[in-house]
Amino acid sequence: MNDKSKIVIGLIIFFVIITSPFWYNMGKAVSVPEPKLSDKAKAAKVCVESKEYMKTNHMHILDIWRNEVVRKGNRTYTNSMGKEYNISLSSGEESCLGCHGDKAEFCDKCHTYASVEPYCWDCHINPKEKK
Amino acid sequence: MKNSRRNFLKIAGISAVGLGIKPVLNTFASPDEHAEQSKPGFAKNENVLTGKRWGMVIDTRKFKSPEDLEPIVEACHSIHNVPHHKVKNHEIKWIWEEEYEHAFTDSENEYINDRLKHLPFLVLCNHCDDPPCVRACPTKATFKREDGIVMMDFHRCIGCRFCMAACPYGSRSFNFRDPRPAIEHQNPDFPTRMKGVVEKCNFCAERLAVGKMPKCVEASNGAIAFGDLDDPESTVRKLLKENYTIRRKPSLGTHPSVFYIV
Repeated sequence: MNDKSKIVIGLIIFFVIITSPFWYNMGKAVSVPEPKLSDKAKAAKVCVESKEYMKTNHMHILDIWRNEVVRKGNRTYTNSMGKEYNISLSSGEESCLGCHGDKAEFCDKCHTYASVEPYCWDCHINPKEKK
Repeated sequence: MKNSRRNFLKIAGISAVGLGIKPVLNTFASPDEHAEQSKPGFAKNENVLTGKRWGMVIDTRKFKSPEDLEPIVEACHSIHNVPHHKVKNHEIKWIWEEEYEHAFTDSENEYINDRLKHLPFLVLCNHCDDPPCVRACPTKATFKREDGIVMMDFHRCIGCRFCMAACPYGSRSFNFRDPRPAIEHQNPDFPTRMKGVVEKCNFCAERLAVGKMPKCVEASNGAIAFGDLDDPESTVRKLLKENYTIRRKPSLGTHPSVFYIV
C-alpha cells in the first residue's frame, strides 16, 4: 500500500468529476413551471374537460381530435358533461389557442421544462406569430 | 400453534373469496358514482354539406385565355397556404393550367381543332372513385372518405412518394423544401405543410365542413360546378346530362370525379 495517497487523490478527483453536474447545478434548482392562464381561460374556469383530465390527457384528446377531424370530418366535440365544442387547434376564437392565446406562456413553458417537443407548430400556425 | 395442511387450505380458501369480492363490489358501486356523466362524442357541424360522391364539372367554354384561370388558381393556393417556390423542381400545385395534349393523353389527336389545341384546361386532383394513390400509400395517410373525397392526413405522411408514382395525373406535389418561407401571406385558419410531406387538392373539405362551396367554384364565376354525383337532381348531374363531357385518362379505370365540358 505504498500508493495509498495517489489512490485516494485519484478517487477524490473521480468523485468530483462524476458528481460535477450536481455541483454545477447547485442552487439553480427551478421549481416546476405553472402554465399561465389567459384572462379568457381564467374566466371560463373549465376547459373542454375538467382541469385534472386536461392536465394528464391533453395530448391524448388532441390526438383523438385530429383523427376525428381529418379522417371522419367530425368537427364538433360533446364533452362528458354534454356541452358542445368546436374542434380546432388554432383557427378562430373557438379553438384551443382562441382561449389559451399565449402559446409561449401556456404550451411552451411546461414543454420546454419537460423537454417535450411536439411538432404541432411545424404546420399549424400560431395566430400571434403570423407574418 | 401447529399448522396442519387442513388449516392452511381453509385460510387459503377464505383469502381467495375475500380477494374476489372486491371487483364485484366495485362493479355494483360504479354506476352511481358517474351517474351524471355521459360519454364524450363527436359529430359533424350543423351546416355541413354532405354527399355520397362529390364531383366537379368544369365548363371549358367559359375560359378563353390563361388569364381567366389565374384568379382561380391564386384563390385556391392562397387559402391553402400553398408556397410559391422559385425553382421549378420544388413547385407545389393543387390546381393548375394544362394544355389539352398533356391533360387528355388518351384522346391524342395530331390534327385537333385550333380551339382545343390552345384552350387552357384547369386540372386538379380528380378524386377518383378508385384511387390508385390510396392503394399505394403504406401508412394510410391518403384515404378515401365516405363522401368520395380523396384526403390526405398530413400528420401521417412519411414522404415515401409512392402516391406520386401511383397518381396518373401528376396531382401530387412533394415538399422538398420547408414551405413556410415561400408563403407570402399565411392563412392562419389552414395549416401549412412541413418539409418531407406530399400534398394535393382536398376538394376544400374544410370549407364543405362549414357549409361553403370549394374556393375554386366560388372564384370561377359559374364556370365550375360542384355537387353530388350520386344525386340525380344535383347541378353537376344536370350539367352532365345536358352536355358532352370528357374525363382525364378514363382508360386507366380510376373513374375520375372531375368532368370537362368541351
